[in-house]
Amino acid sequence: MSPRFIGYASLLAMGLVAPFVVYPIFLMHALCFALFACAFNLLLGYTGLLSFGHAAFFGAAAYTTGYTVKMMGLGPAAGIFVGTMAAVVLGSVFGMLVIRRQGIYFAMITLALAQLVYFFFLQSSFTGGEDGIQGIPRGRLLWLISLEDDRKLYYLVLAVFLFGFVVIHRTIHSPFGQVLKAIRENEPRALSLGYDVNKYKLQAFVISAALAGLAGATYAIVFTFVTLTSADWHTSGDVVLMTLLGGMGTVFGPIIGAFAVVTLQSQLSDKVGSLVTVIMGAMFILCVLLFRNGIVGESIGLYQRVVGRRPD
Amino acid sequence: MTEVFGVPVPALLGQLMLGLVNGCFYAMLSLGLAIIFGMLNIINFAHGALYMMGAVFTWIALTQFGINYWWSLLLVPVVIAVLGVVVERTMLRRLYKLDNLYGLLLTFGIALVMEGFFRHRYGVSGLPYSIPDAFAGAFNLGFMFLPKYRAWVIAASLLTCFATWFVIERTQIGAYLRAATENPRLVQAFGINVPVMVTVTYAIGVGLAGLAGVLAAPATQISPLMGTNLIIVVFAVVVIGGMGSILGSIVTGLGLGLIEGLTKVFYSQAANTVVFLIMALVLLVRPAGLFGKEK
Repeated sequence: MSPRFIGYASLLAMGLVAPFVVYPIFLMHALCFALFACAFNLLLGYTGLLSFGHAAFFGAAAYTTGYTVKMMGLGPAAGIFVGTMAAVVLGSVFGMLVIRRQGIYFAMITLALAQLVYFFFLQSSFTGGEDGIQGIPRGRLLWLISLEDDRKLYYLVLAVFLFGFVVIHRTIHSPFGQVLKAIRENEPRALSLGYDVNKYKLQAFVISAALAGLAGATYAIVFTFVTLTSADWHTSGDVVLMTLLGGMGTVFGPIIGAFAVVTLQSQLSDKVGSLVTVIMGAMFILCVLLFRNGIVGESIGLYQRVVGRRPD
Repeated sequence: MTEVFGVPVPALLGQLMLGLVNGCFYAMLSLGLAIIFGMLNIINFAHGALYMMGAVFTWIALTQFGINYWWSLLLVPVVIAVLGVVVERTMLRRLYKLDNLYGLLLTFGIALVMEGFFRHRYGVSGLPYSIPDAFAGAFNLGFMFLPKYRAWVIAASLLTCFATWFVIERTQIGAYLRAATENPRLVQAFGINVPVMVTVTYAIGVGLAGLAGVLAAPATQISPLMGTNLIIVVFAVVVIGGMGSILGSIVTGLGLGLIEGLTKVFYSQAANTVVFLIMALVLLVRPAGLFGKEK
C-alpha cells in the first residue's frame, strides 16, 4: 500500500468516525463549505480565474432546493439535484459573459453579476425576500431513511462531499485539467498551441458553478432554511479566504481552510460579535502579505526545504 | 400638469437630478479607480470603504470636534489621502511584482477591516448629517425645484473631475504620470522618482474617494455599509466604460447615474440592477467596454 493510499484511507476513516466525536451540525456546515471552497479552487487554483461571485451559485442552488422541497414536495435527493441544475444553468449564462474579459476584470464582472442575482433574490416573491425560506423539511432519502436524525444526514452530506471531491480530483488530474493549468500559467501560449481556451475556461467555470451549487443545495437541506446571506458578497469573500488560507491550487488546502474559517466564525461570533468581519479582513491581509501559499502550500514548501525533495 | 409617458415632468426631472447626483459619485470613484489602476495595476477594492470613511469622518468631525462642513471638505480628503499613503507604503508596495489578483485580495481585506470596524463602532443604521446652512432650500427653476445642495454636489464633482482630467492630460506633471503608466522603467531612467509618483497617485485616487464621501455625507444616509454597496456598482461602471480613458470614466459614470434615475421612474423594480444588466449587454456587444481598447 502506498503512503498516499494510507493517507486517503485514514482521512476517510476520520470522516466516518467524526460525528461521534464532534457536533454533527458543525461538521455538515464545514463540509458544505469545504465542497464550496474546493469548487472555487478549481477555478482560482487550477485555471487562474478569480471569481468574486461564487455565492450566486451557492445561493441560487440553495433557494431552488429550498423552494422545490418545501413548496413542490420534492424529496431531498431530487431537491439537491434540481438545485445543482439551477447552478449549472446560471453558471453557463454567467460563464459565457465573463470569459469575454480576462484577469482583473473577471473578478469585477463576477462580483457585479452576483450582485444582480442578490437583488433578484431580494425582490422575488418565491425567495421570501428578507425573511428567506424557512422550515424546509429534511424528509426521507429515497422514501426510506429519515434525515431528521443529524447523524444519518451527516453521512449523506459526507457522501455528497466525497462525490464532489472525487469529481474535482478526477478533473484536475485528467488531460482536461492539464490544459486548465496550461491556461493558468500562460494563456496566450495555450491558445497558440491550438487549444480553444475560451471553451476550456467555460467548461471549468460551469463545473465549478455546479459543485458550488451542490454545496449550496445540500446546505439548504442541512439547515432547513435559506436566507439572503447565502447569496451575499460576504459569502463570496468567505470562500475566497478559505481557499487562500488553506492554499490555492492544492487538493486539500480549501478543505483545511474551510474548516478553519467555519470554526473561527462559529467560535468568534459569540464572543466578539460584528468584529468577526475585521478578523476575516485581517486574515486576508496577513495571507496576502506573508502567507501566499496558504497552510498546505507553506507546509509543502517547508517539507521540501527540510527534506530537500518533493513529497510523494 | 405636463406628463411624459404618464409621469409628471417635475417628478421625472427630480429623479433625473437624483440620478445625476449618484452619477457624480460613480464618476469620481471610477475616475479614482482608473487612475490607480493605470499607475499601480491594482484594482482598489478598498475604494468604497474609503468613500464611506470620508462620510463617517465628516460626521465625526462635526459631532465630536465641532469641525463644520467646509473644513471637512478640505481636511477629510487629506486625512484619507494620508491613510492611502500609509496603505501604499506598508502593504501595496510589496505586491507590485506579483499577479494583480493579490492587490485585489489585499484591498478586499482592507475593505473588510474598515467596514467591520465602523459597523462594530456605529452600527448599521444611518448617521444623520444636516445640510450646511448655505445650501438649505431649493432654487425655483420655474419647471422644477432644484435643491441647492444637489446643485452643489453636481457642480463640485464636475469641477473636481474636470480638474483631474486637466492635470493629467494638460500639465507637465500629468505628462510624467501618463509616461510612467506606459513605461515606468524608462521614466525612472530619465531621473523621475517613480516610486514617489506611485504613492502620490494612490493618495490622490483615494483622496477623490474621500472627497466624494464628504459630498455624500449630507446627501445620503451615512452608514458603514454604504461603501461596499457602491463599489460593486462602480466596478460595473468601470467594466462598462473600460479604464482606458479619463474622460470615458467620467462620461460613463454620469450617464449610468442618469439611466438609473430614469429606471427608478419607469420601472422601479429594476433600479438596483439596471447597471448590472447594461454591463452584461456591453460584454456581449463590446467586450472591451465603451471606451476601452481591444488588446
